[in-house]
Amino acid sequence: MYNPLEALPDASTMAKKLRVLIAKPGLDGHDRGAKVIARSLRDAGMEVIYTGLRQTPEMIADAALQEDVDAIGLSILSGAHMALVPRLLEQLRGQGQAHVAVLVGGIIPDDDIPRLKELGVAAVFGPGANTEAIIRAFQEAVTASPKAV
Amino acid sequence: MGLAEDVRAGDRLALARLLSWLEEGDPRGEGVLTELYPQTGLGHRVGVTGPPGSGKSTLVNQAVRWCRQHGSERVAVVAVDPSSPFSGGAILGDRIRMRDLSGDPGVFIRSMASRGELGGLARRTAVFVEALIAGGYERIFIETVGAGQAEVDIARMADTTVVVEAPGMGDEIQAIKAGILEIADILVVNKADLPGAQAAVQALHYSLGLAKRPAGAWSPPILTTIAETGEGVEALMEAVNRHQDYLLSSGEGESRELARASSRLEAELRHTLTETFQRTLADGRFEAAVQAVFERRMTPAQAAADLIGERAEA
Repeated sequence: MYNPLEALPDASTMAKKLRVLIAKPGLDGHDRGAKVIARSLRDAGMEVIYTGLRQTPEMIADAALQEDVDAIGLSILSGAHMALVPRLLEQLRGQGQAHVAVLVGGIIPDDDIPRLKELGVAAVFGPGANTEAIIRAFQEAVTASPKAV
Repeated sequence: MGLAEDVRAGDRLALARLLSWLEEGDPRGEGVLTELYPQTGLGHRVGVTGPPGSGKSTLVNQAVRWCRQHGSERVAVVAVDPSSPFSGGAILGDRIRMRDLSGDPGVFIRSMASRGELGGLARRTAVFVEALIAGGYERIFIETVGAGQAEVDIARMADTTVVVEAPGMGDEIQAIKAGILEIADILVVNKADLPGAQAAVQALHYSLGLAKRPAGAWSPPILTTIAETGEGVEALMEAVNRHQDYLLSSGEGESRELARASSRLEAELRHTLTETFQRTLADGRFEAAVQAVFERRMTPAQAAADLIGERAEA
C-alpha cells in the first residue's frame, strides 16, 4: 500500500539513524582529522555530535550518555591513547554504556593496535585511512554491538 | 514500571533512552510518556533562537552556568541543528561551545537533528521537553537556528522566547519578515563589543516601537551581551526570571499553556487522522488521484474530496 509519507525522505517515518560522538581527548590541539571524519559520517547519513577539543574521558562518557549514541570515535594524536582509551572504556562500562562501540583514529603505533582491540576497541585507523573503510567500520561496529533495549 | 520510574527518579541513562525512543517514534516511548505526562507541567521552557553565528550556543552555555550558580538544581538544553538535505545526516556541534557544562551532573544536554520535517520537528521538540521536565529538569533551554517559520513554531512552545541577534546580521526588515520580533519576549544583541551593535539595538527599538501592544502587556526588553566573556548574562537572566514571574502573575502563562495544548492536540489529530485514513484507502487509489492532479484533470482539493467521499460511500 502506497504511503506518500514514506516517499518523502525522513518525513514521519523516523527511521533509526546512527548517532555517533566524535571526540578529541587529551591535550593535542589538532582537530582537522576529527572534522574530516565527522563530515564523512554525516555524508553517510549519520547524526554526528562533535564535542571539540581537550575532552577528558569522563566528559566524553557523560556526553555519550546524554546523547545516547551508538558509537564513539576518538581522535588521538598525542600518544596518550594507552592511558585515555582504557579510562573511557571503564567509564562507559561503569555507566551502563558497555554497548557503545569505540573506534580510535590518529597516530597509533602498530604494537598498540592489538592491545587496544583486546581492551574492546572495535577498530583503529591511522593517517591516510580510507574514509569509506572508516564509515563501514562504524556501521559494522554498531551492528555487532547493538543497544540493549 | 521500569523506565518511567527510573526517569522520574532522575536516572540519566533512562532519560537518554526515553529521548531516543521518542525521537525514533518507538511506541514504547509514547507509552512511557503517557505515564509521565501528569508530571510535565512544571518546568520553565526558554526558547533561544537567532541567525547562525549570532552566538546562541555560547550564550546558552553562560545562561545555564548562571542558573546553576543561582539555585537551579537541574537545567537542560535541547540544541537543534539542521540535517543535511542530501544525506539526511547532521553535524551537531553545539556542545563545542558548552564545554563549561560538561561534567556537571545537574546539566543535561541533548542535541537534535532537524531531520527536514515540516511539522514534525516542533512535535518532537515538545515531547523531548516534556520528558526532560518529567526527569526533574526545572528549566529547559531550547536552542534553534532562527531562519523562518519552523523556528517560530518551536518558539511557540516556549514559555519565554529569547531572540538573539548580532551586529551586521541583517537589517530589521529581515527580522520583521521572519515574524521573529513578534515572538520575542526578550531581544538580545550579542557580540556587543563589535562595531554596529548600537545601530542594531536602535533598529530593534524602532521595529518594536511599531508593534501594537495592549496596555499592561509585557514589553520585550532589548539587552546587549558579550557571551564570550559573560558580560550582560546576569541582566539577561534577570529578564528571563522577570518574564517567568510576569507569566504567572498576569495569567499569560496559563493562556500560553492552553494555546500549546491546543496546537499539540491539533498536530496529533492531523497526524493520526492522515495515517488512519490512508490505511483505509484501496490500493492504487492514492496514486490514481495523484495522476489526476498531475494531468490537471482535478485540482488537489477536488481529488482530496473525491478520496474522502469515496470512502464515505464504501
